[in-house]
Amino acid sequence: MNFLALFDLSVLDSTVRLATPLLLACLAGLFSERGGIFDIGLEGKMLAAAFFSAALAAMTGNVWVGLLAGIGASLTLSAVHGLASITFRGNQLISGVAINFLAAGMTVLIAQDWFQQGGRTPSLIGGGRFEPITLPFAEALSTVPFLGPIYSELISGHSILVYVALLCVPGTWYILFRTRFGLRLRAVGENPAAVDTAGVSVIGLRFAAVGICGILCGIAGAYLATGLQAGFVKDMTAGRGFIALAALIFAKWRPWHALWATLLFGYLQAIALRPDIIEGALGFKVQVQLLDALPYILTVVILAGFVGKAIPPRAGGEPYVKER
Amino acid sequence: MPKWAEVILVPLISLILAAILSALVILAIGEDPVAAVNLMVTGALGSTYGWGYTLYYATNFMFTGLAVSVAFHAGLFNIGGEGQAMLGGLGVALVLLFIPWPHWTVALLAATAGAAVFGALWAAIPAYLQAKRGSHIVITTIMFNFIAAAVLNYMLVNQLRPAGSMDPATQRFREAVHLPSLHELLAPFGIAFSKAAPANVSLVIALIACVLVWLLIWRTPLGLEIRSYGKSQRAARYAGIGAVRITMIAMLISGALAGMMAINNVMGEAERLVLNAVEGAGFIGIAVALMGRSHPFGVFLAAILFGFLYQGGAELALWTSIPRELIVVIQALVILFTGALDNMVRMPLERIFLAMRRGGAA
Repeated sequence: MNFLALFDLSVLDSTVRLATPLLLACLAGLFSERGGIFDIGLEGKMLAAAFFSAALAAMTGNVWVGLLAGIGASLTLSAVHGLASITFRGNQLISGVAINFLAAGMTVLIAQDWFQQGGRTPSLIGGGRFEPITLPFAEALSTVPFLGPIYSELISGHSILVYVALLCVPGTWYILFRTRFGLRLRAVGENPAAVDTAGVSVIGLRFAAVGICGILCGIAGAYLATGLQAGFVKDMTAGRGFIALAALIFAKWRPWHALWATLLFGYLQAIALRPDIIEGALGFKVQVQLLDALPYILTVVILAGFVGKAIPPRAGGEPYVKER
Repeated sequence: MPKWAEVILVPLISLILAAILSALVILAIGEDPVAAVNLMVTGALGSTYGWGYTLYYATNFMFTGLAVSVAFHAGLFNIGGEGQAMLGGLGVALVLLFIPWPHWTVALLAATAGAAVFGALWAAIPAYLQAKRGSHIVITTIMFNFIAAAVLNYMLVNQLRPAGSMDPATQRFREAVHLPSLHELLAPFGIAFSKAAPANVSLVIALIACVLVWLLIWRTPLGLEIRSYGKSQRAARYAGIGAVRITMIAMLISGALAGMMAINNVMGEAERLVLNAVEGAGFIGIAVALMGRSHPFGVFLAAILFGFLYQGGAELALWTSIPRELIVVIQALVILFTGALDNMVRMPLERIFLAMRRGGAA
């Protein structure tokens, strides 16, 4: 048995890539839920962003236009969610379910109408994709023992959105815990009446939270279709929005923990693709279905409070009714 | 607001809004909405073949719609109907594969029990965690949908697949447990029903389930407890209604109903267990329950409507360039307008009725 083989550089490399959309979506959910709006529509927003980013990138040949289109699509769905759950005080969970289906149906419908390729976009080439970036000195340092390959293979050579996602972690932490806006945002998720009494708009703050969530989901979806893969295929998010939701609970609604949680779930996805490595390292076969289900099982265990209790923001899911 | 407006007007306006938006979507992709509706009506209701498919889908949706409704009455949102129906399918398959039933009637009873037990067990864990440990049932049921998919995948690929077969599915069930289709049921009465359509005797079970759920919710003490708990947990606790007990019972019934869908799709139609047997019917249950206002009769009507949409959508995909995903969009719009945007329709209506009453009194 050789446990170190489980941490093969190629597996860790794909861990980073697979964790990126999870991380972005997880931080998206973090903003929304810290602001008191549950969002199980992360999946749908990512899917819509993935399609529109790939479609626009394919049509213009410019991946940045695609990224903007993806963010726009995701923000539109965020607006629907905000309208339903903030303005009309509807059920946030039901709204999220509706958004997931809306995205699943509309992306295929529009893809079929625009490209006639059975619900997919044409494959992206050249400027239509986010290309890997080689960090400075990656070549030169690759011969340094141990640290060299880690720098040149693991840290260098990802597309720009991977680094953006990683920078979002300290960014989120700073915004939430070191700015006035962040303090208010957290307050509105715990006790909106207090925020209201202080003369700050609950509705405004919650829309801001939902909006930031939309932007981050947009980047996550764009990364899926234009960075991780080259184009959109039907249902390509494949439950990532829900894994991100699971990671959010796993992280107990904290940014740095979100990074570790999504890296863990990204690692599970990466290792599931390499059954040969698992067998070589452990000496026995692990059912691939078990690896697929592991993030969800872990989340249920965490939710059940067997390994430290996960307590969501107190006013989460509750529409705010101003006293008259 | 008068009761008729609450029960009929609000859902109707929501439905019309969803229909208008769906028509706009069809227009936007360059097709004619009127022609599309015509095609859907002829395809789904214009022949006994069409009706056979419409009723087959409707049977699925009645079970899953009732499942979501019962949980709604207890104030619980069960998104896990999909996973519970998958496990129900596993229950049916195990009951039918390993016991040589002499006749379909006993087999149907046993399969129904198997489906209900497996579905209920799959709902029991999230229910227990909600009741005892306070884990949010929506999140746990979502997670259990994914875990169910993995379990089913494992069972079909590694355990139940016949030797030498590449297809992740069980072998066919025995001929003796074949459920009579509507064709076979109606032939003795001189009614010629299409032979090829999959609607079968499970429809009758679904209708019985509708009646039983109605009796349970509105005519038994347990139903009263469930509804009280759903309306106000604190008041219910004050009245001595146990939160753990109601959560468990409501979710067990909900899971059992979702699981029972398997007698229709697994035993009645496919006659073997395949990987994607549920095909999203568990999620459609949410739309059906919302539209039917969680009332069994409403669920019945909404299930027929969605059955019509499903079969009509399949016909559209066959004859036009509109993909089947149109139905997913319509489903999303129905959930959005009848569920999440309910207040958008309700608030102006309440204002109108209030103004009318004031006008009448003055």
